[in-house]
Amino acid sequence: MPDDPESSSSNPTRRAFLRTTGTAAAAVMAACAPAPPKITPEQSASPAKSADGPNIEGAVPITLRINGKDRQLRVDPRTTLLDCIRETVALTGTKKGCDHGQCGACTVHVNGRRVNSCLSLALMHDGEEITTIEGLGTPDALHPMQAAFVAFDGYQCGYCTSGQIMSGVALLKEPCGPDDAAVKELMSGNICRCGAYANIVAAIQQVRKNT
Amino acid sequence: MHTFQFVRPPDSAAAVATAAQAKTAQQGADARFIAGGTTLLDLMKLNVETPARVIDINRLPLGKIEATPEGGLAIGATVRNSDLAHHPTVQRDYAVLSQALLSGASAQLRNMATTAGNLLQRTRCMYFRDTAMPCNKREPGTGCPAITGSNRMLAVLGTSDQCIASNPSDMCVAMAALEATIHVQGPKGTRAIAIGDFHLLPGSTPNRETVLEPGDLITHVTLPPPVAGNKQIYLKLRDRASYEFALVSAAVVVTVAGGKVTRARIALGGVGTKPWRSPEAEAALVGQAANEANFRKAAEAAMRSAKPQSENGFKIELAKRCLAHALQTAATS
Repeated sequence: MPDDPESSSSNPTRRAFLRTTGTAAAAVMAACAPAPPKITPEQSASPAKSADGPNIEGAVPITLRINGKDRQLRVDPRTTLLDCIRETVALTGTKKGCDHGQCGACTVHVNGRRVNSCLSLALMHDGEEITTIEGLGTPDALHPMQAAFVAFDGYQCGYCTSGQIMSGVALLKEPCGPDDAAVKELMSGNICRCGAYANIVAAIQQVRKNT
Repeated sequence: MHTFQFVRPPDSAAAVATAAQAKTAQQGADARFIAGGTTLLDLMKLNVETPARVIDINRLPLGKIEATPEGGLAIGATVRNSDLAHHPTVQRDYAVLSQALLSGASAQLRNMATTAGNLLQRTRCMYFRDTAMPCNKREPGTGCPAITGSNRMLAVLGTSDQCIASNPSDMCVAMAALEATIHVQGPKGTRAIAIGDFHLLPGSTPNRETVLEPGDLITHVTLPPPVAGNKQIYLKLRDRASYEFALVSAAVVVTVAGGKVTRARIALGGVGTKPWRSPEAEAALVGQAANEANFRKAAEAAMRSAKPQSENGFKIELAKRCLAHALQTAATS
């Protein structure tokens, strides 16, 4: 699937609308942005050819395999895995909630295991396999967990949903008792401000039953 | 977040040599090892930690769980909390450790957080985490607003007039009851530190939390061989049923024979400024009949020196009930 399925002009979406209307505001903000940080990493900071990412002094080249595709990137060492995914690679399905490992909105899989991408540096994952919500299914062929969240109405505002689904998918491979209580325990790292918990548990249980 | 050098040393010796250039290994260290990052990056985003060098130890060969020649277990520094909790030997012989790990944080965080990182987990005291506030642990000599402020979650054992911050770890409490040993590689060689000697009481230097010196790299933790016939339990009481720090917790490793307690190792969490082993409770229990009255007496002994703050006095009675209930559950299991 394309990295941004919402970019099609024949299919106007909230994100495309916001992107257009936000251009003017972004231009104003850019004028006020602080100067790029000066950093002196021990690693080579020579810019990698054809690498994505801003031209920041001291940026370090890394390769992340994101949703099955190698990405050659240049990142400021301070860049979290979350910011790298969202800002450098422009996969915005992964959300930033608390940015302190408390809410789970940023949950992605690293080498098949779920982690809080906000509490990890992108540099720590050089060469590793990252899976985000965009890598699970496509709009035409949803992952069973995505389909179950739709079927069971496992969300309201949707902001936590990608993190919930990434956790739900990871949970399928983790030691977890059969009952709802066990699912709730293993899903406790994903906060839903709307309180869709009952439907989230039902969606996950349905997928577990069918797999 | 402040800028820093990101360093990935080729081996442990290089990691030690790089970290040894730091002035301190304690609060405000200018070099920090990073493994899971769940504490360090959190505090770096808050500017509580501002290391000039971040040394990535994730690719050093410190990630194994192995039997020791003595029949115990060696746990590598970078073993993830989830892997440790689900390891078959840990589940069978050190159940208290598995239970403690699984009661801590969330599934995602447990996939990241490591053995060594958990040993060095920092307090959740809100004043420590807020650079706009004074804090003797973060900035020695500035004062402790927690003593007259919000202290419901903070310690009642091991406090000083400088600091009442509680140690938030669950893993360390279980390791205290299991009498773990922490193995360190430093600039002057390797050494082994009993877990009871690893963390420091705040006293007049709350910025010093452990005995680690610049360059000291925790390589692994060893557990002694399991004691035949012992019963283990970790009981954690908290405001929420999951994903919450302990108000109080108890790690209990006891052996009961002929109706009497013949051996007891007891540690408490959520109440101490460090993971709180209680020799007082152990002494009160060993040789006594394994019954509720004696469990309560042991719990009274554990909390005898407790000092309540303005909002956390409830922890003293709660800890007694927690420990007595844990002992009862273990003895009858």
